[in-house]
Amino acid sequence: MSKYTEDDLREELKTKEYEYGFYTEMESETFAKGLNEDVVRAISKKKNEPEWMTEWRLEAFRVWSKMEEPEWANVTYKKPEFQEIAYYSAPKQKPKLNSLDEVDPDLLATFEKLGISLEEQKRLANVAVDIVIDSVSVATTFKKTLGEKGIIFMPISEAIQEHPELVRKYLGTVVPTSDNFYAALNSAVFSDGSFCYIPKGVRCPMELSTYFRINEGGTGQFERTLVVADKGSFVSYLEGCTAPSRDENQLHAAVVELIALDDAEIKYSTVQNWYPGNSEGKGGVYNFVTKRGLCETNAKISWTQVETGSAITWKYPSCILKGNNSVGEFYSIAVTNNFQQADTGTKMIHLGKNTKSTIISKGISAGNSQNSYRGLVQINSRAENARNFSQCDSLLMGNACGAHTFPYIEVKNKTAQIEHEATTSKIGEEQLFYCNQRGIDTEKAIALIVNGFSKEVLNKLPMEFAVEAQKLLEISLEGSVG
Amino acid sequence: MDLKEKIVSSYVAFEDGVDVNTDIHEIRTEAFQNFEKLGFPTKKLEAWKYTSLNSILKEDYSIFPDKEKTINLADVKKYFIHDIDTYKVVFIDGKYSSFLSETTHDAIDVCLMSSALNKAKYKPVIENYFNKVAKQDNLTSLNTAFAKEGAYINIPKNTEVEKPIQIINFTTGSVEATMTQPRNLIVVGQNAHVQIIERHQSLTSNAVLTNVVTEVFADRDATVDIYKIQNDHIAASLVDNTYIEQQSKSVVSVHTFSFGGNITRNNLNFYQKGEYIDSILKGITIIEGKQHVDHHTLVHHIEPNCESHQDYKGIFDERSTGVFNGKVIVEKEAQKTNAYQQNNNVLVSDRSTINAKPQLEIFADDVKCSHGCTIGQLDEQALFYMQQRGIPQKEARALLMYAFANTVLESVKIPEVKERITKLIATKLNVNIGFNL
Repeated sequence: MSKYTEDDLREELKTKEYEYGFYTEMESETFAKGLNEDVVRAISKKKNEPEWMTEWRLEAFRVWSKMEEPEWANVTYKKPEFQEIAYYSAPKQKPKLNSLDEVDPDLLATFEKLGISLEEQKRLANVAVDIVIDSVSVATTFKKTLGEKGIIFMPISEAIQEHPELVRKYLGTVVPTSDNFYAALNSAVFSDGSFCYIPKGVRCPMELSTYFRINEGGTGQFERTLVVADKGSFVSYLEGCTAPSRDENQLHAAVVELIALDDAEIKYSTVQNWYPGNSEGKGGVYNFVTKRGLCETNAKISWTQVETGSAITWKYPSCILKGNNSVGEFYSIAVTNNFQQADTGTKMIHLGKNTKSTIISKGISAGNSQNSYRGLVQINSRAENARNFSQCDSLLMGNACGAHTFPYIEVKNKTAQIEHEATTSKIGEEQLFYCNQRGIDTEKAIALIVNGFSKEVLNKLPMEFAVEAQKLLEISLEGSVG
Repeated sequence: MDLKEKIVSSYVAFEDGVDVNTDIHEIRTEAFQNFEKLGFPTKKLEAWKYTSLNSILKEDYSIFPDKEKTINLADVKKYFIHDIDTYKVVFIDGKYSSFLSETTHDAIDVCLMSSALNKAKYKPVIENYFNKVAKQDNLTSLNTAFAKEGAYINIPKNTEVEKPIQIINFTTGSVEATMTQPRNLIVVGQNAHVQIIERHQSLTSNAVLTNVVTEVFADRDATVDIYKIQNDHIAASLVDNTYIEQQSKSVVSVHTFSFGGNITRNNLNFYQKGEYIDSILKGITIIEGKQHVDHHTLVHHIEPNCESHQDYKGIFDERSTGVFNGKVIVEKEAQKTNAYQQNNNVLVSDRSTINAKPQLEIFADDVKCSHGCTIGQLDEQALFYMQQRGIPQKEARALLMYAFANTVLESVKIPEVKERITKLIATKLNVNIGFNL
């Protein structure tokens, strides 16, 4: 039997408020604050990018400067001052690293703290990791093993150098530069991110993973992820993120593009744990992310997300079901506590025949937080026999928080079958009493019930992540018993 | 000159016809300024995302039909629920028709807004209720600015009104397009009970735009049942703004039957200002051609222990478009709220469209709120079963659709209204069966 008692849990919760809130003293190279065409050019030059890439960025910048910041989301915040952000920050390092021994020891120590020991990863865990600190990819593991299968997994800056034809073909095809305000900003200034290509018919033998961390103050993080699964391939991709605790609001505006060609399958899981701000709502990361996937014939894209961090979350991982028989899935748990605000959901655009989509969204709000589900299910007139099932459940803890549901359903084909249901409830007193009777204290009982409530989504996460996510849920809800 | 300019410039002429030195006129002027600022709603507004008024705002409407028109009862009898005795308040082109009406001042007031606004004895009621619950949005403000005529119903406490009240607005507009803006006020006292049937009917093939505002106040323990029959001419469009304020333990139900008209927009708003309130919103929509029906509902749960029940069924054929935008807000104080919302739709044609947005905004933790929305087809197996037993396909489909809509019909309390709706559904589905098998 485990010797882990509730006292241990309470102790753990006390100390574990936001365990990733440290800041690593690292020499880093940061651009001066502000944004203009020269900064965009400088980022591009820094990355040694080809001409077409620079032009692509400039085009995005021009589009962005004409755009207005969107205001429709159900969140209130002080808008970021875009000229007060440094758009490039990179840990200073030797230009070329041949092995991990050459990596800055401070950097390695940081990874230890984050729980990612590169050495250990290399030997034990079957996960290939690409780590991005302050927008720059610092280390990629398992390159060789993947290379044997023809899988390309590298920082996108390197991919632009080594596989320009692939990047050029797919970059911006799912999320065009003019898509929205933050996507345009990202397209102009993104400094790094991950690129992944799975060749035809290859089943990626391990989980691919990217770890994002904001380290410097006064910077924004803009990374770009591009995953291309060629015909008949499969890949499972993980994404995690943390940031130091700061009083200022840091901006994170990422773009993720997934392309699943015929018969391919992509599973994309996120555990988002950016610094959520302190219990008074000061500080925290603004997480404004555009994520979208394109499914060709018989392809499948599955988004799974656990959103526990960030002061403001604003993201809608979406699927464009272009090919016939393609499948889109969205599983989400969004937890908000204290003064956090989340406006998240998905878009399922059915274009092809016999397309299917499933949406399971679980929102948990506590403290003074606001949690919104916003989703769109669109069946176009050519999408015969489209099928959608959506379920949005909200759990409220205390009467200072709010749960909101904004589903949009647009159907233009008579053969479509759409079901949408939403419920809102609180943890039943009977349920708590039942647990108490059996010697489980209230805090633990809540963790247990929340776990059960979220199980449908947690089950979809890869093993390693599920454990982390469960712990995160407990921590995020700490102190919400009342 | 576009419609907004025309309306704005005609306000001076309107002021000539009313007493401008009153509190009411201050309300009008304020509303007019509000409309002048806001203009007509566009698709850019979230609340009008799926409904564009552009096509109907292009018409050159006559805003104040000056000539009194008379119509023969025989011609319009079919639009009344005529097989039972009812009170009637009838307007022709926005003007009261005493010939077709049957009003009363005996214990209850069933009469005209124009007299209520002008006569001193109604002043306390008008002061307390007129424009008190109506929202200050574009079209409501437009109606308020020109508020002059409509039905005025005041039921004192502990009164059970023995027969239903019909409010019917006819539009004749034989020469030109016509716009009317009726304004109704319904005040129901403590423990009083009233049933109201509302209808807008165009008698012309010229374009008609009706922008009606109805305010309903239900005091403690009151019961109010409202039936809206919308089966208008294809050239007639309707924006129906209804605002209902309920006090403790009152029960208010609104049934909306939308079968006809060009563009129909129903803004139905419930505000619960007490405890143990029940609000019921139900609707059946069956449309075809290029018709457009938009149900925009709001139930605002402000106090604890209240309930709301919404059930909307829609059947859409040919190139018709249906919109359901239902919003439920549960305030922090409104613990123990039970809010249900159900919206089911059937698309019959490949070119029909349904846009649904069932929305929940919840700030209280001890509540039960659920909404369900489905879009699907008739059960092929059930259809086959009936055809096997000798029921022709058309009739079998009609039977299935009738069954689909029946949950809404079941709660209609006036048998004659139920029968009328059943007949309308049969006509709508192009079959000649009674359904009451």
